Amino acid sequence: MTDWPVLSAVTFMPLVGVLLLLLTREDSAYGRRNILNVSLLTTIFTFLVSLYVWYQFDPSNPGFQMVEKHGWLGTGISYHLGIDGISVLFLPLTALLMPFCVLASWVTIEKRLKEYMIAFLILETLMLGVFVSLDIVLFYVFFEAGLIPMFIIIGVWGGRDRVYASYKFFLYTLLGSVLMLLAIMAMYWQAGTTDITELLKYNFPREMQTWLWLAFFASFAVKMPMWPVHTWLPDAHVQAPTAGSVILAGILLKLGGYGFLRFSLPMFPLASDFFAPLVYTLSIIAIIYTSLVAMMQTDIKKLIAYSSVAHMGYVTMGTFAANIQGVQGAIFQMLSHGIVSGALFLCVGVVYDRLHTREIAAYGGLVNNMPKYAVAFMVFTMANVGLPGTSGFVGEVLTLVGAFRANTWVALFATTGVILSAAYALWLYRRVIFGALEKESLKALLDLSTREKVILYPLVILTIFFGVYPAPVFDATAASVDLLVNNYAAALQAAQDVALSVQ
Amino acid sequence: MTAETLIASLQLSVPELILAIGALVLLMVGVFSSERSASTVTGLSVAVLIIAGLWLVLKIGNGEAYAGAFLSDPFAKFMKVLALIGSITVMVMTVGHARSAQIDRFEFPVLLLLATLGMLLMISANDLISLYLSLELQSLSLYVVAAINRDSIRSTEAGLKYFVLGALSSGMLLYGMSLVYGFTGHTGFEEIAAALTAEGRSLGLIFGLVFILAGLAFKISAVPFHMWTPDVYEGAPTPVTAFFAGAPKVAAMAMLVRIVIDAFEPVVADWQQIVVFISIASMLLGSFAAIGQRNIKRLMAYSSIGHMGYALVGLAAGSMAGVRGVILYMLIYMVMTLGTFACILAMRRRDGEHVEGIDDLAGLSQTNPFMATVLTILMFSLAGIPPLAGFFAKYFVFVAAIEAQLYALAIIGVLASVVGAYYYLRVIKVMWFDEAKGEFARTAGELRLVFGLSGLFVLGYVLIGGPLGNAAEAAARTFF
Repeated sequence: MTDWPVLSAVTFMPLVGVLLLLLTREDSAYGRRNILNVSLLTTIFTFLVSLYVWYQFDPSNPGFQMVEKHGWLGTGISYHLGIDGISVLFLPLTALLMPFCVLASWVTIEKRLKEYMIAFLILETLMLGVFVSLDIVLFYVFFEAGLIPMFIIIGVWGGRDRVYASYKFFLYTLLGSVLMLLAIMAMYWQAGTTDITELLKYNFPREMQTWLWLAFFASFAVKMPMWPVHTWLPDAHVQAPTAGSVILAGILLKLGGYGFLRFSLPMFPLASDFFAPLVYTLSIIAIIYTSLVAMMQTDIKKLIAYSSVAHMGYVTMGTFAANIQGVQGAIFQMLSHGIVSGALFLCVGVVYDRLHTREIAAYGGLVNNMPKYAVAFMVFTMANVGLPGTSGFVGEVLTLVGAFRANTWVALFATTGVILSAAYALWLYRRVIFGALEKESLKALLDLSTREKVILYPLVILTIFFGVYPAPVFDATAASVDLLVNNYAAALQAAQDVALSVQ
Repeated sequence: MTAETLIASLQLSVPELILAIGALVLLMVGVFSSERSASTVTGLSVAVLIIAGLWLVLKIGNGEAYAGAFLSDPFAKFMKVLALIGSITVMVMTVGHARSAQIDRFEFPVLLLLATLGMLLMISANDLISLYLSLELQSLSLYVVAAINRDSIRSTEAGLKYFVLGALSSGMLLYGMSLVYGFTGHTGFEEIAAALTAEGRSLGLIFGLVFILAGLAFKISAVPFHMWTPDVYEGAPTPVTAFFAGAPKVAAMAMLVRIVIDAFEPVVADWQQIVVFISIASMLLGSFAAIGQRNIKRLMAYSSIGHMGYALVGLAAGSMAGVRGVILYMLIYMVMTLGTFACILAMRRRDGEHVEGIDDLAGLSQTNPFMATVLTILMFSLAGIPPLAGFFAKYFVFVAAIEAQLYALAIIGVLASVVGAYYYLRVIKVMWFDEAKGEFARTAGELRLVFGLSGLFVLGYVLIGGPLGNAAEAAARTFF
């Protein structure tokens, strides 16, 4: 253990970058260079510290580690940070994607670069804060505050319909979250604390669990997003700049899944059990329906956005299967999707920067003059499909195993989604990459530049590495997931015993 | 009254005496000095307010004065400090704008001083008579101030409208007080509470309560007595509007809290349902009616109606947590509102023309990034987005409502806040997403100071919220 507040350090380190950025000026090429360097160094340094956190993390301890606790606003709200096996890996994931976002914006953001980078660094702090918070109000503050920079990012640097997309994103997620806020308040009066570690031990009455679960579900389902409240996502993705899409798909969507694992499952086990069929149904609809929708898209980003909704369906399904395989699979799927979908959006960004269109029909035959790009794009497409040997496979198969143990029919329907995802992803790949290079506008395209190689190659390596050797992830998460699943089963068993003894 | 009690009473009300004497002396200064005495009087008024504030903070203890008509307790002290800060800030903001807003008359600061005196007395009022007199002192000053720009039709219309409707509400208040006096036989708050506990409530008393609440709802511009607000806010000169939106609301809310929690404590169930209704109606109207507004002052009028609704959520809970929430809400609301009005005052074109359209803010993030950032922070805070102060204000009132099991109120409240977020977002959208149309003139230093401090407070509330919360808790404990 370290005696300095390493979690606070990693969370607020991007703000140091913000302070430095405030001192820079943007009016010259030199100033622009400064802004980019400061942002890149800040994000890289944050990533290194997050790796240090992972290194320091003791995987055999299922409880919370590196805890920091200080009184904050009175009335029980404290500044309480800590990580366990469920949250620890989201820190390196978040911090990993940020340098790529900075690199992806290197030349494409032409106006107001300084504000752009400030918004991204603030967003990074808020996202890291969500994963390390051990006070539910603090969690909510970080969770909600992320809307502010994202609203600005989509609205200022987005595409043609950016205003509509940013409003929709903001109001949709806000509407879901305020209900969760009321639930948080109700939990405070019931349990007398806002401390997550204490709330995890508290047994909420069954009746109350139902309402609390629904309120939390309203927030996380929108954030996730689950069918039928997913409609903000395609708009936000299409309009957001490349780096915005990466963050949105890579990390913001994971906040919902993380919320289910941190709050819904362990704090409201009876309600989770009761509502599991509902979640399964919505997950299956998400997997099948949005895959079909994805197939019919003409916009590359929209297609990937819908595929994200489908993949998040596996996460919710695995989470509420509530067994070791399901939960492990859900966590792995989130991490893998964070890397893969982020990488896919970066790939789209590469061709978008050259041609300034996201229409699938505008492309075709890119393999002829962009072979390196074709290879990278192929790896990510295969990972998106869930091909064995890529990270996408591990998460999908585990969630399916988990679902199979819980309910065979669910697994049956969900597995059809694998076929559908292969259909839309491979079709997309064929239409963009393969075929003859006939369009005049495409003939002059150059293959990956050095900057783009630096962005894509590490992600290719990670995708394959975690596909072949997923053990580092499971080592870190195993103990905490065990604890979570056992407590869940014990709570259900206890409730059943009470019901039997009453009879 | 013996000499000792008189002296003790005078000692407890020194800040009020400073203001009263200061206002009279400054009136003389204004009358007997040359034409351009307005800025001197303004400066001296600020000094008087600061002296009164320092005296209040450093020298005033707790106790009753003037045979129970005047009460000094931690709650009164806290709210008085707020009201004084509100008045001082507005006076500072008017310094550079008096001439262009046509309010460069020495009567203006003197009237503000008298209105502030009325507020301090309102906050301390512990008796229906003293409450009414102090309220009228404040209101009469405000009627005149609203119409101070005599050459502007809109300003005079605003003043007249405010006066007619205000007189009506004062009439209702007085009628309610007479009913309460008739049915309990007392005018002091403690005596009324004692009589209610002993004798139980009667129908006539409930009528009195309803009339009193109606009169007070007018003063805080809560629905359904809000009609004057948008017109007066729009018509009055902007510094005057800034004043209306801040300190008088704080004082009126403090008075409302004291009267229902102290005097009508035994009939909680009766006033609670009224407050719940007023609160829901204000939140909904404030959210929906603001959507169509094009004028930023009108927008702020509806915004303040909505915010009064949120503050009343805490009062509806009727618990200590609720009162604590109301106190914090008024503190944070006042800071946000003053900051926003400082930004509105800074909306001045190069040729000196003041503009008030939301669209005039277009592209502000490029022409004046500092002001745009602050106004953005303030708008997000008014919308109640964490980690800004406005979120915590809402958090503490809703947490009280949940404790009191007012679930419907809480759910309607948070949903209204989502609707409200829409129009605050529009201001942000105009500043950040739209192209600049024209630039504003250089912002005056004092305005930059005010909105800078306000933005800093809203942003830094996460750091200073602990001590402020404790202070509010100490103030709320007065009643419980």
